[in-house]
Amino acid sequence: MSSGVLTKRQQNRLDKGVSGTSKWTLVKRYWVLYVMLILPMAYFVIFRYLPMEYLAMAFKENNIIKPLWEVPWVGLKNFERAFGDRDFWNALRNTFMLNILDIGFGFPAPIILAIILNELVFKRFKRVTQTIAYMPHFLSWVIIYGLAMRLFAPTDGLVNILMNRAGYESISFFDKPNNWVATYVFLGIWQSVGWNTIIYLAAITNINPELYEAAAVDGAGRLRRIWHITLPGIKPTIVVLLILTMGGLIGGGFERPWVLRNPMVYDVATVLPVYVYTKGLLNYQFSLTTAVGMFQSVVGLFFVLGANFFARKVGERGLW
Amino acid sequence: MRRTKAEKIGDWILVLICTGMILICVLPIVNIASRSLSSGDALINNRVLLWPVEFSLEAYGTVFQSQRYVDSLIFTAWLTVAGVVLSLIMTTLCAFPLIFDNLPGKKFFNTVALITMYFGAGSIPTYLLIRNMGLLNNPLVLLLPYCLSVFNMILMRSFFYGIPQSLREAAEIDGAGPLRILTKIYLPLSVPVIATLSLFYAVGRWNGYTDALWFIDDRKYYPIQLLLYYLLNNAAALETAQQEGFTPPGVAEAVKSATVMFATVPILLVYPWLQKYFIAGAQLGAVKE
Repeated sequence: MSSGVLTKRQQNRLDKGVSGTSKWTLVKRYWVLYVMLILPMAYFVIFRYLPMEYLAMAFKENNIIKPLWEVPWVGLKNFERAFGDRDFWNALRNTFMLNILDIGFGFPAPIILAIILNELVFKRFKRVTQTIAYMPHFLSWVIIYGLAMRLFAPTDGLVNILMNRAGYESISFFDKPNNWVATYVFLGIWQSVGWNTIIYLAAITNINPELYEAAAVDGAGRLRRIWHITLPGIKPTIVVLLILTMGGLIGGGFERPWVLRNPMVYDVATVLPVYVYTKGLLNYQFSLTTAVGMFQSVVGLFFVLGANFFARKVGERGLW
Repeated sequence: MRRTKAEKIGDWILVLICTGMILICVLPIVNIASRSLSSGDALINNRVLLWPVEFSLEAYGTVFQSQRYVDSLIFTAWLTVAGVVLSLIMTTLCAFPLIFDNLPGKKFFNTVALITMYFGAGSIPTYLLIRNMGLLNNPLVLLLPYCLSVFNMILMRSFFYGIPQSLREAAEIDGAGPLRILTKIYLPLSVPVIATLSLFYAVGRWNGYTDALWFIDDRKYYPIQLLLYYLLNNAAALETAQQEGFTPPGVAEAVKSATVMFATVPILLVYPWLQKYFIAGAQLGAVKE
């Protein structure tokens, strides 16, 4: 356009340096890098992209004996079957319900814990607390289930023994649907709260210490300092993480609900991934469950993209 | 700064809260450890709370005598070592080339990796592919399908980006090829990120359960978590009890606890030493996400 502004091509040429390195020279110079990329790219293609071919099962008859391309198409029949299945709607409801409860109770927990940790004046004690709080993050759900089942066992678990001694009736933490949901949410917080403080603690360290000193001079107490300095200081982090968490509303893993559930609570514990596993792998309904899995991926993708979009929008304002 | 009396009281209240949290984290493990070290009789009579009663190593002896547990533990240990080595190699091979900003095609390779973070084929299509590849019941299925995590790759790449580019350029001017630059400059400087990723991959493989549930039927290749799951749900416990003749239900209870300990202790021994490394990793990850 106007003089003085370089075209993109000119700019590129300039970026590549005075020697005027062409694309081809770079390829020759860096051929080793392409060799390095062969294995990772092969991995992505084989284990991440090739399975997508089998998404076609969502629109085909339920037949896995024949090669994929010989199986007849059935249009949207599998989706119609899924949407006509009460179990599907139940699983969808459970997925949303457990995720919403996870966010409602699990999201504020690490914020509160991070603020408490930050207020500790005994540095050594603080470090020990942190190390121990990170521990559950490294335990598998099978281990957590093993620990919790013991601890909460109806007759001989530590919690119920202590409750009995204190004169209360035993509670069956895993058997009744409501109790199970509460236990599920509690164990989720137990596993993740410590680990999730890391990001908030990092955000708190970035707050200007002069603010605290000024507040102390003005005679602000601890709660006022938290309310007027710490919380506003980490607000951008909170907002971005909350939005990103909302993006996972229809997501959620398989392992936690699968390992923690038992026949008495199937009604509330069967989330979409569990539905896919039991209907698909255990009952051979591969087409139906491919369709359900695809539904979850696509809706989940929209949630994540929407959340990212919002985070970017709010993130800009949040920083101000 | 002088602290008022109210603040000092507040300090101790916070210590109290944190102590409560520490107990909630630690007591479940103390409980299970005590059970694993108690006699079967004491367990049946509900006498074990937070300290071993009638101290006994019988449960651990039983686990060690059971070929299935020993085999599974050794198998899982091998898987973990092989998995960490494989994953570190793959992650490095993917992350290192992508820091060369002038590498033709960089954007394409980057996109190929990133798309997989947002959209996956789903579990059933992955299962069908693996079935058709003939990998079901093959121990490789516990190593290959998840050997490279894009998330970890981004972590490593960010770390590489933090190493001054002038170092690389100076080496290039001296005629060093990419491989030399990687092994002589980048890897020696990358101990923190390698330690972090080793921990993440090792914990992931040691704790891995779902892939084995989906892809493995053959008992020979049960990782410890799958075996533990069946044991906790009694199916395996009864079988083993019948096969190997340890019928007393109290001992079976202690054996469950001992197996949980076997799955937990290796992690408890490792992670605290890497704390300063993985915290940096977790912060980076959360920001990038």
